[in-house]
Amino acid sequence: MSWDIVIGIETHVQLTTQTKIFSGASTAFGMPANENACLVSLAYPGTLPVLNKEAVKKAIKFGLAVNADIAEYSVFARKNYFYPDLPKGYQISQFELPVVNNGFLTIGDNKKIRILRAHLEEDAGKSVHGILNNQTGIDLNRAGTPLLEIVTEPDMSSAQEAIAYAKKLHNLVQWIGVCDGNMQEGSFRCDVNVSVKPSGSEKLGTRREIKNLNSFRNMEQAINYEVNWQIEQLEDGNEIIQSTVLFNPDTGETKAMRSKEEANDYRYFPDPDLLPLKINQEDIDDIKSSLGELPEASIKKLIEDFKLNNADASIITSNKQTYEFFQSLISEGLDPKITANWIVVNLFAKLNDNELSIEESPINKNQFVLLIRRIMDKTISNNAAKKIFDLLWEDSHADVDQSIEVLGLKQVSDSSTILPFVQEVIANNQAMVEQFKSGKDKAFNALVGQVMKLSKGKANPGQVSEILKDELNKA
Amino acid sequence: MALTDKDIKKLSHLAKINIDSKDEKIVLSKLEGIIKLIDTMQQVDTNNIEPMSHALDITQPLREDVVTEENQKNDFLKLGPESNEDYFIVPRVVE
Amino acid sequence: MKNLSLRELNLGLSNKKFSSEELTKFFLNEIKTSNPKINAFITVDEEKSLQQAKDADKRISQNDMNELTGIPIAQKDIFCAKGWKTTCASKMLDNFYAPYDSKVIELFNQHGAINLGKTNMDEFAMGSSNETSYYGEVRNPWNLDYVPGGSSGGSAAAVASGMAPAATATDTGGSIRQPASLCGLTGLKPTYGLVSRFGMIAFASSLDQAGPIAKSAEDCALMLKVMAAHDERDSTSIKHNVPDYLKNLDSPINGKTIGLPKEFFNDDLNQDIKVILEQVIDSYQKIGVNFKEISLPNSHLSIPVYYVIAPAEASSNLSRYDGVKFGYRAEEFKDLEEMYLKTREQGFGDEVKRRILVGTYVLSAGYYDAYYLKAQKIRRLIANDFKNAFNECDLILAPSCPSTAFKIGDKTEDPVAMYMQDMYTISTNLAGLPAISSPAGFLNKMPVGFQLIGNYFDEATILNFTHQYQQITDWHQKTPEADV
Repeated sequence: MSWDIVIGIETHVQLTTQTKIFSGASTAFGMPANENACLVSLAYPGTLPVLNKEAVKKAIKFGLAVNADIAEYSVFARKNYFYPDLPKGYQISQFELPVVNNGFLTIGDNKKIRILRAHLEEDAGKSVHGILNNQTGIDLNRAGTPLLEIVTEPDMSSAQEAIAYAKKLHNLVQWIGVCDGNMQEGSFRCDVNVSVKPSGSEKLGTRREIKNLNSFRNMEQAINYEVNWQIEQLEDGNEIIQSTVLFNPDTGETKAMRSKEEANDYRYFPDPDLLPLKINQEDIDDIKSSLGELPEASIKKLIEDFKLNNADASIITSNKQTYEFFQSLISEGLDPKITANWIVVNLFAKLNDNELSIEESPINKNQFVLLIRRIMDKTISNNAAKKIFDLLWEDSHADVDQSIEVLGLKQVSDSSTILPFVQEVIANNQAMVEQFKSGKDKAFNALVGQVMKLSKGKANPGQVSEILKDELNKA
Repeated sequence: MALTDKDIKKLSHLAKINIDSKDEKIVLSKLEGIIKLIDTMQQVDTNNIEPMSHALDITQPLREDVVTEENQKNDFLKLGPESNEDYFIVPRVVE
Repeated sequence: MKNLSLRELNLGLSNKKFSSEELTKFFLNEIKTSNPKINAFITVDEEKSLQQAKDADKRISQNDMNELTGIPIAQKDIFCAKGWKTTCASKMLDNFYAPYDSKVIELFNQHGAINLGKTNMDEFAMGSSNETSYYGEVRNPWNLDYVPGGSSGGSAAAVASGMAPAATATDTGGSIRQPASLCGLTGLKPTYGLVSRFGMIAFASSLDQAGPIAKSAEDCALMLKVMAAHDERDSTSIKHNVPDYLKNLDSPINGKTIGLPKEFFNDDLNQDIKVILEQVIDSYQKIGVNFKEISLPNSHLSIPVYYVIAPAEASSNLSRYDGVKFGYRAEEFKDLEEMYLKTREQGFGDEVKRRILVGTYVLSAGYYDAYYLKAQKIRRLIANDFKNAFNECDLILAPSCPSTAFKIGDKTEDPVAMYMQDMYTISTNLAGLPAISSPAGFLNKMPVGFQLIGNYFDEATILNFTHQYQQITDWHQKTPEADV
């Protein structure tokens, strides 16, 4: 029997604001416990929430970036439950009327993943276990950090699609500047709903929600494990019970959380301390005009205007910093294809090896520009450029031109220097010359190689080909 | 709508208020009295009426994203029923 | 000093007839004498009050003085005051010293008023008799066997007995007007949103509103002038130009119209109270006010609607009392769950627990539409009734309470009978409208009040009408002194 996989994703995105969603306490990450826990964060008697303008702006920004409807009126509600890191005994969230509705993202070959809604809410604090035996410490620094919860329809049908969506979303929220995207610090948290059903069946299976996924690798592993587990259960005649499961990165397995005695009854109702949030078309237009170019448009531009291939274009738009770096290089008059190639092949390889982001690259823009310019003006060969690149990586103060000189990597393009090498090679390799004349193209490449070798790699290969061709015709 | 012992248990659980079993009957009867009172609403036809959450027809003001709160950790931790120098302490939370 | 109005106290201070320190000592002394019998105060802190008085005297000597500088005001123990024990009359907050000032306290401090102490109240403002306080019931200064009303019973009793010149209070369903009425005082519940709720411990957020209890409309006007201010820390605080409520008090009211809701003047109204209300109407007619019958057809639904909405909001507002960050925590428990259950079992009194359970019930899955949503819809009908009524009149006259004060213990076993105390006051909270209760006479030596309800932000008219009535009557000047 074959099975369809059905996946929906809920992502909690921490919005990059200076202060919490309902108070003027700092949201700075990594502070000592409870230093960002203000009166409101602690739910002191008499304290009241006041909504952060920036959080609203960023929610709208996201909505516009996924082609969604921005609600003219949205409402904050209370989700009531007791937990020590939830200081008020309720979480302020949006329930019936969220701020963002009906958007989408496209993945892969133009597959639409529908975004049902995105709503503003507050983050909870943190419970720190094992402070002492049988005790938990409560740190309320994170309590009240603004979150945008982004909920998709169950539109993904494989782990690959889920990862593609999550990566696309991850890129987008950073691109438009609403989230720092740091998964390790919990700024971008995905909960994945997985169910399976017999192929072609209309009826959705029972879903389980996987939590605790703090990397795309974990997400992929968890989904694959979960899918196999569910199929196995169903094939063994067992039923799937709707539940929340945790992924254990050490074992690669998912495991249901201890089920609560009773189903939760959150008793949502509109928060009487907060009024309906009204968003004017004017504000939406303002934000729209500041949105800038989105990744989709950037890819299109790279392919159509700069003639890059799809793969390179995707990599260059995989984050905004890379794209901006690329653009700044092009604006210096560099060749787009050579530049793209250098970013994708050489720069990214080095950055990945060293686990660095593009902003952390030791090679500065000016060096990079000069390096590519020297390739373009044929001063150095591509191979020689790689040597310079390695040198620059190690020594960020190195001068490109000086290094070319010092290392003697300057390409020889002067025909009067190259001609004697060509003549020598022709003289010494008559057998190959014969093969070339009898139509074997391979022989020509071998001859070029010989010339290059003789020039100690400095000869301009293009120049060599031309002269060699002329000489062979004469011979 | 008549209340049952089971309802009282559920409410006690949701509201996190222990109700001593010897008090259950009296709690039940008093709650029933109140529910009888509020049930008089059921006679009203409220079709097509917008629910009213706030007395005034105004919308949410927005706050500038500027830090206004200072670190008062030490004072606040002292007000906790149990705390150490960094955390409020509760019995171990079982997940 | 005991029976002086706020304006007279202000005059005495500015003319150096007495200092703020002398005045404050006088009232602290009154508290020492009377409070053991009446139990109007939960916390008195002489040192803090006298320090404020000294600071006020300094201001007065530097001519940096306004209407309230140097005058002691009793503060309901629902307002957080930095460094003061702030309990909301609950065991849950018995050990709670507020780390910050509420907006109301901040405003009184800025004006140089003296915090005379924190007044007793029903626990978390839930009650109509001041019998649900963890700190014991408050007694009515007119007869110590009787309740002073609630939830602001301590504030009312403190003013009525002369322990304080005026007091702050809060009103969620009648908690200013009912005790004012039962203690022979003037109490004003302003329009929802006029006074900031920041630092005022929440009972039902969409209904709670702070206001004054004082000896006259004039004193209430002065108090409200100080209390009404926009506050960015309360999202429901209204940006509203606060008029000088004192200026308007003497405006003539002849030719204006007061509406009489037929639903309040029916056969259910206590006949003796009806007689007193007719005298009030008479007095107004003498100064040229017209009366007109109006209708508030849904007003009989106010109590059921209120006892859905208020407990629902309260059940959520009071979830923060969980023994984790502040306040009471049970002594013994075996795990977290039991810590919650016992902390909240022991920390809350019966009425508070009852309302939390009711609120939990009406919000829970399967009941939300039938109760909470239904109540929200009827709330709109009730508010619309008032909207229509104010097309026909300037103010609405109503009884304040269905009876005079009742005996302590009379209604404690029957919550629903207790809830009926607020049958004439609750609808204005649901609509968010301002209303005042003013003394109108006595029945069996116990005070009776009447209510004037105004349109949104029309406190000035309410105070004007009440002041005009108090110019031609002297009920508000009666004191229970002889009996205490």
